[in-house]
Amino acid sequence: MTGPFRISEGGRIDRATTLQFTFDGQPYTGHPGDTLASALLAAGRHQVATSIKLGRPRGIAAAWAEDPSGLVQIEEPFPEPMLLATTVELSDGLVAHGVPGQGRLADVPDSARYDAVHHHVDVLVVGAGPAGLAAALTAARSGARVALVDEQSEAGGSLLSGSDVLDGAPALEWVASAVAELAGHPEVLHLQRTTAFGSYDDGFVLALERRTDHLGAAAPRHLSRQRVWRFRASSVVVATGAHERPVVFADNDRPGIMLAGAARTFLHRYGVLPGREAVVATTNDSAYDAALDLHRAGVRVQAVVDARPEGSPRRREECEAAGIPVLPMSVVTGTQGVDRVTHALVAPFADGQVGAAAAIACDLLLVSGGWNPAVHLFSQARGRLRYDEALGAFLPGEQLDGLSVAGSAAGVFDLAGCLADGRRAARAAVAARGIPAADDDRLPVAPEPVVPAAPLVLWRVPDTSAAGGSTQFVDLQRDATVADIARAVGAGLRSIEHVKRYTTIGTAHDQGKTSGILTSGITAELLGTPVRDTGTTTFRPPYTPVAFAALAGRDRGRLFDPERVTALHDWHVAAGAVFEDVGQWKRPRHYPRPGEDMAAAVLRECAAVRTGVGILDGSTLGKIDVQGPDAAVLLDRLYTNLMSSLAVGSVRYGVMCGVDGMVIDDGTVLRLAEDRFLVLTTTGGAAKVLDWMEEWGQTEWPDLRVHCTSVTEQWATFPVVGPRSRDVVGAVFPDVDVSAAAFPFMTWRDTTLAGVPVRLARISFSGELAFEVSVNPWYAVAVWERLLDAGRPYGITPYGTETMHVLRAEKGYPIIGQDTDGTVTPHDLGLAWAVSATKADFVGKRSFARAHNAHPLRKQLVGLLPVDRDTLLPEGSQIVEFAADGQLPPPPVPMLGHVTSSYRSAELGRPFALALVKGGRARIGGTVHVPVNGTLVPVEVTGAVLVDPEGARRDG
Amino acid sequence: MQLIACPWCGPREEVEFSYGGQAHVPYPDAPGELSDEEWAHYVFFRDNPKGRFAERWNHSAGCRRWFNAIRDTATYRFERVYRLDDARPVTS
Repeated sequence: MTGPFRISEGGRIDRATTLQFTFDGQPYTGHPGDTLASALLAAGRHQVATSIKLGRPRGIAAAWAEDPSGLVQIEEPFPEPMLLATTVELSDGLVAHGVPGQGRLADVPDSARYDAVHHHVDVLVVGAGPAGLAAALTAARSGARVALVDEQSEAGGSLLSGSDVLDGAPALEWVASAVAELAGHPEVLHLQRTTAFGSYDDGFVLALERRTDHLGAAAPRHLSRQRVWRFRASSVVVATGAHERPVVFADNDRPGIMLAGAARTFLHRYGVLPGREAVVATTNDSAYDAALDLHRAGVRVQAVVDARPEGSPRRREECEAAGIPVLPMSVVTGTQGVDRVTHALVAPFADGQVGAAAAIACDLLLVSGGWNPAVHLFSQARGRLRYDEALGAFLPGEQLDGLSVAGSAAGVFDLAGCLADGRRAARAAVAARGIPAADDDRLPVAPEPVVPAAPLVLWRVPDTSAAGGSTQFVDLQRDATVADIARAVGAGLRSIEHVKRYTTIGTAHDQGKTSGILTSGITAELLGTPVRDTGTTTFRPPYTPVAFAALAGRDRGRLFDPERVTALHDWHVAAGAVFEDVGQWKRPRHYPRPGEDMAAAVLRECAAVRTGVGILDGSTLGKIDVQGPDAAVLLDRLYTNLMSSLAVGSVRYGVMCGVDGMVIDDGTVLRLAEDRFLVLTTTGGAAKVLDWMEEWGQTEWPDLRVHCTSVTEQWATFPVVGPRSRDVVGAVFPDVDVSAAAFPFMTWRDTTLAGVPVRLARISFSGELAFEVSVNPWYAVAVWERLLDAGRPYGITPYGTETMHVLRAEKGYPIIGQDTDGTVTPHDLGLAWAVSATKADFVGKRSFARAHNAHPLRKQLVGLLPVDRDTLLPEGSQIVEFAADGQLPPPPVPMLGHVTSSYRSAELGRPFALALVKGGRARIGGTVHVPVNGTLVPVEVTGAVLVDPEGARRDG
Repeated sequence: MQLIACPWCGPREEVEFSYGGQAHVPYPDAPGELSDEEWAHYVFFRDNPKGRFAERWNHSAGCRRWFNAIRDTATYRFERVYRLDDARPVTS
């Protein structure tokens, strides 16, 4: 027997097996089937935590996820903060302790696996209580594809907490047969320990399955610990039951005070007596079941305190027959005790007035203020709620397409009604799917329901003490009281959403499952308005807390985002490349030699290219194959310059603008045939440019006979660059005449190497003589190595993106997106030569005629040379100008622009920068200043082209 | 997360689609003949109604085709999808 409060038989626990666990450093035992809470209660331990603000002792106030109180930190098997003792299934070796409202995240990596599954069904049933099981059976029998999810360790819902009878036998026998029948339907997925936590549009429901948590340290490593199910259901049946609601009174937070229904759960499901001497305070008939059940189990029930004027004559009779005193027209006004309740203060209650209180000894105080249907998933799916005056609860207030609510979640509280309601919802769901109902969808017969006496809606007992509601806890986890709500209302808050945020009620782990509706009721009372007008706060996912690890699933670490690598990646790694991320691509940034930092490596690589020969892996450049009789027309309309006049075999640089005239990408275009072009884009712009071409082709010019497709990954491309590049390329491709006359700049040639097709193009992004070598990526390594072999006599140097950037910046070639933002035209970049004056129209052309495009103070791309020949200007630095007196103008100092690119130049022997500067071209030769680390650095404004402005080097 | 009915593929997850702004805003026949103000209206000005709105959508992670839709901007509901060469549906 584990603990003095464990009864000898009954419940869903395995008494033959004993589990050891540690709580707050004390050893305890329990059984499979226990939760941490039930095992602690079996040992007589109620207090598990202290409260966050006031440090008050707190215990277990409910039996499942609605508990606002009993938060624990798990230490073993793996540290996890802020779990409820009531929802942690006991496992051998569990180590836990209570927390004062805050836990501690693990400081070691979580090595468990998490994953996700997409699942499509005709009917998703949430909740395996009587309504949910009836719905799942009905749908399954019709042949529909069904998923049934339930958050508990086993099916049954409320039937696990009571002693109901179906077909004249214990109801759990029917539950077992229903589960077995569902298992026999091949199209049914039945998941326990699975919480539907989010309900969205069009039958999209997220659920968290806890697959191995209950196994503790014995969890198999190959199974994912938790799984997120992404359901898409034609119909969702929400059969999530109801949460019992407390009544608020003074000192209602002491350990030993719990919901009446929770006591039944601990008794019937776990075989645990939550106390020896109980007082039961209620406003409705349901708590009488707890009083009678506990009495039969041997608990001395001191009194049932019923707030209703009439009480419940029938239930009173049952109690008195059992020797349980019933005090009608009475309420609990407060409690006594320190770590555990010792007395309930009971007073007469009539017409909203309380009389003098008398103390009744007890170690357990059960409370019931009625039941709140668990409408969360309905409300998350934007279902409107309506307030039911008689129940004091919010119910689904409309029909939603594809989502219905059944059973006590819809306000049906008797067993027969729940079964029938589940079947009704399922029949409607399969009918909407066009599936005929099964011939036999018999459900068990429940006893004729007894109509309960009308409940009393009572949110709080008037506080006649000097405390003024400051110990009447509404949200135990937030230590928020009736006095706090009164303060909010007193401060002028009227909206329940504002009251929530002012008081923090409903913002804890439980998201107000017990406190939310109480707050609506108490706020309405204080405002003197109807509860239906006050309404509720918005129900938002998740229904219960979900670990980020579960949401992330497998999308962590290397799987967080796809990595794109070129065919040469392994070669780069072996060569010691330092990589940088360019979009999803991994690109070599530089290839440091021993002892070199990046600056030294880049200076060496730059010098090699400008004086000898270098080679770059340019395979990531975007490549789009544009084909069709109207291919040239499409490109003419999308590029600022003329592409239709390009000869087959030639290459042209092009600029692409938005309709606003601002540059969106640039690149080169190869004409492969009359009806075929290869468009090369920037690495980052590849997808965007393809989108752009398809958008215009489809939406504006569907008459054009043209198709575009990405061939980025079909070509590996290596620029061989530098004055000796002709020697290298000529040696590797001896059948190609690589002379400037036979193979001029901006042309391309196809050839073969050992039978493999290769394309050569005279394109330069550095100003040097250069040949771009393109080949099927299968042969990338072979071709690359042949080029290296041929280049060895010339000291061929592999270079990375950083060197590529320095070389292009020295030539004033802008990087779209680095040297530009969305406000820069081709003219601003000095690319007016690439804007056709002859084409009647192209995208962006009309915007160039707007007056502002000719404004002399537009920002223009220029070069900057720090006068001290030493300072590397940080990219992004602002540019300012001294006034005539040689001083900065008074603040706010006008900003002239900013540095867009900045590097050290081997060629120039000094740092340089590109910048966008207001009226920049008119400032060439002048001096401006750039603040660097608090010092104003004088810089000379130059043209953007700093190396070989005459273009003398391009032919070698 | 909604399902959006691509006219070619049928209902697909919302994340497969990208938004293309107001539909039925054709590229002007002769931009050069427009005043700066008229051109600015084409480039920058779009309606922003509460309620039914004709919009362009692209099934960008699917068939990559553009289509038009009537969507309620208050409820997010797609009331109709139609091909680019279909006339704008009459909605009451």
